[in-house]
Amino acid sequence: MSYTAIIDYGAGNCTSVASAFAALGGETRVTRDAKVILAADRVVFPGVGAAKSAMDNLERMGLVDVVREAATNGRPFLGICLGMQILLEHSEEDGGVELLKILPGKVRRFPDVPGFKIPEIGWNQVNGGTEYYFVHSYYAELGPYTTGTTEYAGVTFTSRVQKGSLLATQFHPEKSGKAGLALLKEFLAC
Amino acid sequence: MLTKRVIPCLDVRQGRVTKGVKFKNNIDLGDPVEMAVAYSDGGADELVFYDITASAEHRPIDIGMVKEVAAAIHIPFAVGGGISSIEDMERVILAGAEKVSVNSLAIKQPKIISDGAAVFGRQCIVLGMDPVRNPECPSGYEITTQGFRVRTDIDALEWARRAVELGAGEIVVNSVDADGTREGFEMTITRLIAEAVPVPVVASGGAGKPEHLVRVFQEAHVDAAIVAGMIHTGDYTITQIKQVMQEAGIPTRMSY
Repeated sequence: MSYTAIIDYGAGNCTSVASAFAALGGETRVTRDAKVILAADRVVFPGVGAAKSAMDNLERMGLVDVVREAATNGRPFLGICLGMQILLEHSEEDGGVELLKILPGKVRRFPDVPGFKIPEIGWNQVNGGTEYYFVHSYYAELGPYTTGTTEYAGVTFTSRVQKGSLLATQFHPEKSGKAGLALLKEFLAC
Repeated sequence: MLTKRVIPCLDVRQGRVTKGVKFKNNIDLGDPVEMAVAYSDGGADELVFYDITASAEHRPIDIGMVKEVAAAIHIPFAVGGGISSIEDMERVILAGAEKVSVNSLAIKQPKIISDGAAVFGRQCIVLGMDPVRNPECPSGYEITTQGFRVRTDIDALEWARRAVELGAGEIVVNSVDADGTREGFEMTITRLIAEAVPVPVVASGGAGKPEHLVRVFQEAHVDAAIVAGMIHTGDYTITQIKQVMQEAGIPTRMSY
């Protein structure tokens, strides 16, 4: 049976992601089992919280190579928020964290700018158009695979990135109302 | 551009949304899940549920209802009012809420803020506070607890700063003086806190017409505003509020 695996590696809860896919009629399995992840038709890599603890969790659960394979094996893969950042090379968070290096680019902290709160919380535009829901203190620099950009605190950052079958978003499509569900529906149709 | 958020607040008692002024004369407004869907479709940027309880006598949070809401809407929502431990926070977040809000509990046990932030991330931990005017406090405002009934001697601005140091990711300033009046948000302490802390601040209490939101965004520099009575009674829709905000030049999410 066709299903979407949602990787549960202890970085935030997967309930909202599963419930958004359920609303679209998609079968999901929330799992940390390598076999279930690699046999899935498509994989979602969510995440909130800190990069270092997320990387530690992935290593402790033996999922580093599993995520790498799922993100590059040609089947649809979706990274969300911290799940996008972890695909990059390096993050400034927690004094510096080496990431998975599946995509080029670095993750930096928003500068302290008067009038801009950190974390950025709320609905912001992607490519000057549709708004999606963001919650983050760190951002990914623009890179060769950036397909969506967003502005905050004087920075233009990567809010959407695509490399072949790998799609990743800084915003939370599962919390972005109809616009978010439309994106997830496209992902399900891949 | 990051838009300013309009957040409907739903007070839930024994499975129904109610509205009372200063905890009296509660009026039944409807089913929480149905109202959540209607507000989500109608342009709410986020929702907050207070005091989700299953029964009048005991006060455990109605986790079944949190799950129903999470399955029915796909925008962020916060739950507050019945949290008494880190375990309660975990149950609420695993049930699908984006955030938990603590108020009186955080005064008694400030450690709940730092513990919650360490486990779930600070973006999940909202500090709610109920300041009342008191000229003897340094900022001119004192924190009350237990639904405005108990004074604490704690200065509102000091408490906001301390809560952020502990790990609060957002602060809701609910003015005792303005709550339920529908005559506009409290502007003084709301602005003082919004300008003093590095995390987003949400204005609460007193919204009666769209111009009140325009004023609190423009003059108190908050990131979000809570609305209740003015939309629950049908006097205004969220879209009507947002149109007025947009006309005033406030960045507002209009497509939903």
